[in-house]
Amino acid sequence: EYGVTAALNQTVDSIFRKSLTDLVRGIRNNKKNESTYINKCLQEIKEELKLANNDVKISAVQKLSYLHMLGYDMTWAAFNVLEVMSCSKFTAKRIGYLAAAQSFHEGIDITMLTTNLIRKDITGPNLFDSSLALNCLANMCTPDLARELAVDIVAMLNSSRPYIRKRAVLMLYKVFLKFPDALRPAFPRLKEKLEDADPTVVTAAANVICELARKNPKNYLPLAPLLFKILTTSNNNWMLIKIIKLFGTLAPLDKRLTRKLVDPLTNIINSTSAMSLLYECIQTCTVGLSSVTSVIRLCTTKLRSFVEDPDQNLKYLGLIALHNIMLNHPKAVMEHRDLIIRCLDDEDITIRLRALNLLTGMVNKRNLIELIQKLTDKLETAEGIFRDELIEKIISISSQNSYQYVSDFEWYISVLIDLTRIPVNKHGKQISWQLMDVAVRVKITRAFLARQMILLLKDTRLYSDNRSNVNEVLYSAAFIVGEYSQYLDDIYEAIDALLQPRITSLPVNVQIVFVQSVLKLFSFAVSGTVIGEVDEDHLIERVSQEQLLEIMLRLKDGLKSLIQSDHTEVQERACFISELLILVENSNFSDLNNELGYLFTDVLNPVAKDAQRRVPIPEGLDLDAQINEIVESEEEEFENGDTNFLSFGYEETQNTSKFIEEETQKVRISRKQQKQGPYYLPDDSKLNTDELPPVEQITAEMLDLKGNDRLWAKRPTASIPKRREKIHVIKTEEMPDDALTEDIKEIIEKDSLSKIDLTAPLRDDEILPTAKPYGITDPKKDKMTEKKKKSSRNRKSRNENDKDRREKRSNKSRNDNNRPRKSRDDLKRNGESIEKSISSNKNN
Amino acid sequence: MLHYLLVQNRQGKTRLSKWFVSYDEHEKRKVASEIHQLISGRENKFNTKVAQKFSNFVEFRTHKIVYRRYAGLFFCLCVDVDDNELACLEAIHLFVEVLDAYFGNVCELDLVFNFHKVYAIVDEVFLAGEIMETSKFLIMRRLQELDQMP
Repeated sequence: EYGVTAALNQTVDSIFRKSLTDLVRGIRNNKKNESTYINKCLQEIKEELKLANNDVKISAVQKLSYLHMLGYDMTWAAFNVLEVMSCSKFTAKRIGYLAAAQSFHEGIDITMLTTNLIRKDITGPNLFDSSLALNCLANMCTPDLARELAVDIVAMLNSSRPYIRKRAVLMLYKVFLKFPDALRPAFPRLKEKLEDADPTVVTAAANVICELARKNPKNYLPLAPLLFKILTTSNNNWMLIKIIKLFGTLAPLDKRLTRKLVDPLTNIINSTSAMSLLYECIQTCTVGLSSVTSVIRLCTTKLRSFVEDPDQNLKYLGLIALHNIMLNHPKAVMEHRDLIIRCLDDEDITIRLRALNLLTGMVNKRNLIELIQKLTDKLETAEGIFRDELIEKIISISSQNSYQYVSDFEWYISVLIDLTRIPVNKHGKQISWQLMDVAVRVKITRAFLARQMILLLKDTRLYSDNRSNVNEVLYSAAFIVGEYSQYLDDIYEAIDALLQPRITSLPVNVQIVFVQSVLKLFSFAVSGTVIGEVDEDHLIERVSQEQLLEIMLRLKDGLKSLIQSDHTEVQERACFISELLILVENSNFSDLNNELGYLFTDVLNPVAKDAQRRVPIPEGLDLDAQINEIVESEEEEFENGDTNFLSFGYEETQNTSKFIEEETQKVRISRKQQKQGPYYLPDDSKLNTDELPPVEQITAEMLDLKGNDRLWAKRPTASIPKRREKIHVIKTEEMPDDALTEDIKEIIEKDSLSKIDLTAPLRDDEILPTAKPYGITDPKKDKMTEKKKKSSRNRKSRNENDKDRREKRSNKSRNDNNRPRKSRDDLKRNGESIEKSISSNKNN
Repeated sequence: MLHYLLVQNRQGKTRLSKWFVSYDEHEKRKVASEIHQLISGRENKFNTKVAQKFSNFVEFRTHKIVYRRYAGLFFCLCVDVDDNELACLEAIHLFVEVLDAYFGNVCELDLVFNFHKVYAIVDEVFLAGEIMETSKFLIMRRLQELDQMP
């Protein structure tokens, strides 16, 4: 009776069991409670998978793949998928392979068990089975699978059916990616496929070689004549596109090839009606034949028609191709400038961005102002990404090549100041940096800048706009006012601007600069009565004693709130200044004033960006040596790789790259935390202290003691003198003494596939790894296996069939719930020992 | 080289996803939702008199997406930066034509209910990130043979 109820239950269940269609319909009907419904279905599927009935299992796996596509994990059913894959019925196999292709990947250990199954299917007689296996392998190839199956795939290259041949060819690329050592032995066979009778196989071979050539083009140069023949004889557009692309990577390596290609390519460009082919030809000409001007001219004419076409796609592609040409031949593109400016108004933002990119290469001295004017006009109506791009481009275009194209700096500075007035501006830092850069590099602008910056400091909008970081501009404004205070008209105005109460709402790094600038101002005011740098153009007015007292009073007032600031940095500097004021007050003016003047007499020059990297390491300094002795008990912790790897001479293994990443991440985080700490002094001055001699050695000759009375500047003219001759821009940058001549840049590790050199002839030991029968450690027996290798493949496949049968039997025995847990531990070891443990389990 | 093929409807539901490069599950879902946001934002919502539409190519992370809308479905192909976009558009069109010929006036529901067959069709056209077969006639013949298998 028990048996009857069980059978009844089963039939009842089978009536209500869902097929795929039912599942899909159910999901569509349950739109509101979709996840609960699907969870219920998942439960049902779990039950179904426990049954022994094959058809039920197959349907369950199919449903699982559908759910997987919707986003539900199915890796827990991996063994079941494997079972379904091994069914001999085609539809079952297809479902199994589909599920495998979707859910298996390198991280899952099951993939190792599929090796023999796939091998059997690939080499088997059934054409559809082998295509299934090849397809599945293409999706989930792991390095182990690639190594094991390489020899079989290469064997399939000679299959009698083009259906299989073309798949095997395409599959080879995946194999090469995962197992680069297969490239050298397999390459001769791949080359043969270029001359295959079936055109799809030839296309497939061209595809693979095109991808490979991207990594290491000179390997494939010998193939050029063969490819050339295909190029001139074929009329299959897809193949032509790939071959032309391939030539694009090869042509730069060989001048004769370039010359030979000119004719066929110009023919194709002029005669084809397929836009894709035309585009590919143009791209190849840009990359490979850029030295042939007639070709480039032809290309630019064609590209102009692309950009004028109403089809947005063609416009976009035209702009991209023009950009590529512009990198080599800027003049060729210049004549299309008006067209590109029109593209800036296009609806599509990607087209606008491309047009903007293109414009950066098309400026020269005459059209810069006009161009920037157009861009700033557009700025008013632009929004979002485009606006940010516009701002960035305005700045980068103007500052190209150390301001090569800017002839009127006054105009440029006003452009920069206008940029600060734009609401919701995220480019505060950039604009700030630009202003400082111009001030430091272009001497004649300093006067103008200093006065403009005072206006900026008084602009209330910059303080209150919280959505943007435009208050960063105040950073450089304050710096400039302080540094070049000799050009200011009215020192009272400056002090008031620098010490207004509003500055407490600014970020700390900006406040600091304000305070420092006040100090500089004061020092100039004080020492102006004694020492200083004399500028020929400016008349200098003496600061009287009363004026000095007035200045000090204002300073004291202004510093009162800053002395009590929450920020340590600000407080420290403010206190320093106020103490200094007290000293000056109490002392006799003349002595102290001399000293104060020394504070800021040196000129600050721009420092090279990589100056720090080029500081030569002194001899005898070993950065990797340990500072302290390792304590024995702490060694355990270190093995986890938790500590700073630098101090332990870490050897390079494959795992260290991951550790190094984590380490640098941690170091980065800790450095960030340090920066925000109270004791971190940001290096905002561009002073390179290596340049200065130590204080004790400063002699009187080194200082410029001209003895002139330094007075305040009276400005006769209101602006920067417009010079007709070239404006001097300081381009030389500070470097440390004995700077290393070359920048130590990180060497980019080429991946192993690109390192392979195909030009050397094949050595004898380079054969594809074949399956070895296991359990053999006896050297005598090894000799036997050598003999076995030399014999025909049939014997091997017979061995493999035996292994297959054994494996499948043990697969099926693993169906009960208790087993998987045990064999999962076994899976941690490599493939061969798994099979050993399977056979040992079976024996037990 | 193709990185993945994604077919999504206007609400962002994935109707077909074929990944030629290995991504893990979490990444796949993230990519799918990002692409949906990117592409649905480019839909021309306003009826303008001039047929102004957006180009079919978008930059996405370090690759490009070539996409086209057929009825309510977006067919997206992710390719490398130096791949020929127009050829990819042709490939998408070829694929859609095959689907149409196989199912006869294909609609979204066909893809939903016959997803395993759709995957078989994908495997006939694309393999390992490359376009494998370009002749519609040959593909259809293969598919008919496959249908007759047990």
